[in-house]
Amino acid sequence: MFNFPKSIAVRKAQGSQFIPDLRAAVPGGYRGKPVIAGAACATGCTACVDACPSRAIALDPLRIDMGRCVLCGDCEPACPAGSIAFKTDVKLSSTTRDGLTISAAHPDIDPIKVSAELRKRFGRSLKLRSVSAGGCNGCELELNAVGNVNFDFGRYGIDMVASPRHADGLVLTGPISRNMVEALQICWDAMPEPKLVIAMGACAISGGVFADCAEVDRRFLETFKPTLYIPGCPTHPLVFIAAVMDLLGIDV
Amino acid sequence: MTKNAVVVYDLRETTPLGLADFINECDRRLSEGERLLSLFGRNGGEGETAIAVTAVFVTESDGLSVLRGVAKKGDAYPALTLKHPSAHIYERELWEQTGVLPGGHPWLKPVRFEGARQQRMDEYPFFTVRGREVHEVGVGPIHAGVIEPGHFRFMCHGETVHHLEIQLGYQHRGVEKLLLQRPPKNLTPTVESICGDSCIAYAWSYLAALEALSGTPAGFETDVLRGIALEMERIAVHVATLNGLATDIAFVQGTGSYGRLRTAVINASQRVSGNRFGRGWLRPWRTKGLTDALRQDVRQTLADFAVDLRRMNGLMCSALSVKARFKGAGVVSTQAARDLGLLGVAARASGVAIDARSELPGRLYERAPMGSVVESSGDCWARMLVRMREIDTSLEWLFRVLDDSTLDLSGGTAAPVGADLRLAPEQLCVSVVEGVRGPVLLALETAADGALRHVKVQDPSLANWFGLALAVRDNGISDFPICNKSFDLSYCGNDL
Repeated sequence: MFNFPKSIAVRKAQGSQFIPDLRAAVPGGYRGKPVIAGAACATGCTACVDACPSRAIALDPLRIDMGRCVLCGDCEPACPAGSIAFKTDVKLSSTTRDGLTISAAHPDIDPIKVSAELRKRFGRSLKLRSVSAGGCNGCELELNAVGNVNFDFGRYGIDMVASPRHADGLVLTGPISRNMVEALQICWDAMPEPKLVIAMGACAISGGVFADCAEVDRRFLETFKPTLYIPGCPTHPLVFIAAVMDLLGIDV
Repeated sequence: MTKNAVVVYDLRETTPLGLADFINECDRRLSEGERLLSLFGRNGGEGETAIAVTAVFVTESDGLSVLRGVAKKGDAYPALTLKHPSAHIYERELWEQTGVLPGGHPWLKPVRFEGARQQRMDEYPFFTVRGREVHEVGVGPIHAGVIEPGHFRFMCHGETVHHLEIQLGYQHRGVEKLLLQRPPKNLTPTVESICGDSCIAYAWSYLAALEALSGTPAGFETDVLRGIALEMERIAVHVATLNGLATDIAFVQGTGSYGRLRTAVINASQRVSGNRFGRGWLRPWRTKGLTDALRQDVRQTLADFAVDLRRMNGLMCSALSVKARFKGAGVVSTQAARDLGLLGVAARASGVAIDARSELPGRLYERAPMGSVVESSGDCWARMLVRMREIDTSLEWLFRVLDDSTLDLSGGTAAPVGADLRLAPEQLCVSVVEGVRGPVLLALETAADGALRHVKVQDPSLANWFGLALAVRDNGISDFPICNKSFDLSYCGNDL
């Protein structure tokens, strides 16, 4: 009873916090999908490649694998020709691994293919089980944020669940540490069919900055190919949301 | 004399002590009241049998102090832990990483199942409690929420936890080795991925060491900008913990309000750095600066945040249901916290006033001092209050710095980073930054050619996990989630 006035004051200050249109939201200042200029690179210049912590950049022609890119932005000032510029674009995801590579000639990531079958089955209710396997806890925090009062992805029936028995999909974060291989497999086996894998973040998609570690074992993904690849380091909530909405054909 | 959070130790100037003398000297220093901050080993290269051992102490008179010794493969010595329990986790790690045996160690178990122990998680030697009505509850590595993996095993009698054993290592991905595979000047993004909610603390700790080893420290205003980034990180993570605490007791207004309050702070970090966690903010000799507009933006965001946060904290602290759950739950006594060598928030909530920002202020906190917060009851309530009060302290500091018109925070005075970054040879640099959970320590050692020979990474969680195990003893098992959240420790920072 004593808390009544305080509680009212907090609720009044809280107001409405949800983002009404998740599609239209622009993450201010976000270092998202880069734009690559068409100008030819100086002969022998490898400045961007040298600056990249995750071997995401290839040359002749200059292209970036967004499945490896950690969006650190270090290549942007390194390039003497100024050919790389990061923008706030959150359309970073693809349904194919190869579709994640961009260049001047192929500036956009291959669009996510809306699956009629997935839309029918999960379009109004998709329950996801998270497995964190060797990352830095960044993607996990952002996956939690997806459900907070701002992003409120639950409004579309998309929620995280505690038990794999209740899950339609597995959201994998982290490069898959060898010490998590067994637990990941047990969790996957416990999920009922039909089920899908979503690879969230550079670590899950490619190993990210940990791709060269001997302590990582990525064979799970050779057997169980992700339906959706969602880049980032960590993945911004709006990137995750845009990807899943596209996949299920929500609001399009 | 200013006590610095960065010390460089010239390995050519002193002869390392033999293992027995090294341990005796550690014992002497600890007995005299110096505090052990780290103890670690470095294996020699291929075919070498020598193992370098390093101890780092905090002393009242000199600040950071480094002691160096040398052991051989297969050496053993009487464990320091027997007399100084605060050494327990460091001796376990030393044994796991180098094989040097702390004889008589009461709890000699793998820290993270690295090296040859990978994927042998089922071989963990759990403590067992026997008795007819004793039962065990195993949880994890995969937990009910969206969190990192770890295994908790409770030995219970009815609802009461007699002992909790925490088995970690599931996040182990070989960070320390990885840091030797790339050029030091390009390492910052990798360092930012060691513990994703503490990017700034890790990056700063790394860069301070790198810059010290190059002989060219960053400018003062770069330090101020790094300090701003660090306090914004601290605020965001503390609010996330408060959010978790509210969620775990079904105090739904807290979940909603702390959630959106954290969003406001990390979105401001994104406007400065391009990333909600501050990735890309700090780089060698550089730190993204604040234009006048951004400085005003951050100032206003924090001012608005402060008003709503205090209102929410007031509600949380006055609610009977919150008090009923948190007061008296998960107590760690001052004596236990000191004996175990707990760090950061966990120590300060149990009445142990340690904080690198005040103990090792360096030039930044000497000129702009940072208050330190202590609570004495050692329970979940105290750990919650420390977080709330630390946010207030951080805000007060941020306002003071942002409002100081004598400080040029535009970040325009950065020295260019050449390809010819050279580190002094045969040096050991220890660098400490008080991150959100406590001191983040990085130790960089260079070889004769100036290349990095060893990187030791130490998250405060390493020392604090045992504090959680102690906190839940004799508590109901249903209070474990709030005890766990009140510590809010890092798995990836422990597992590396």
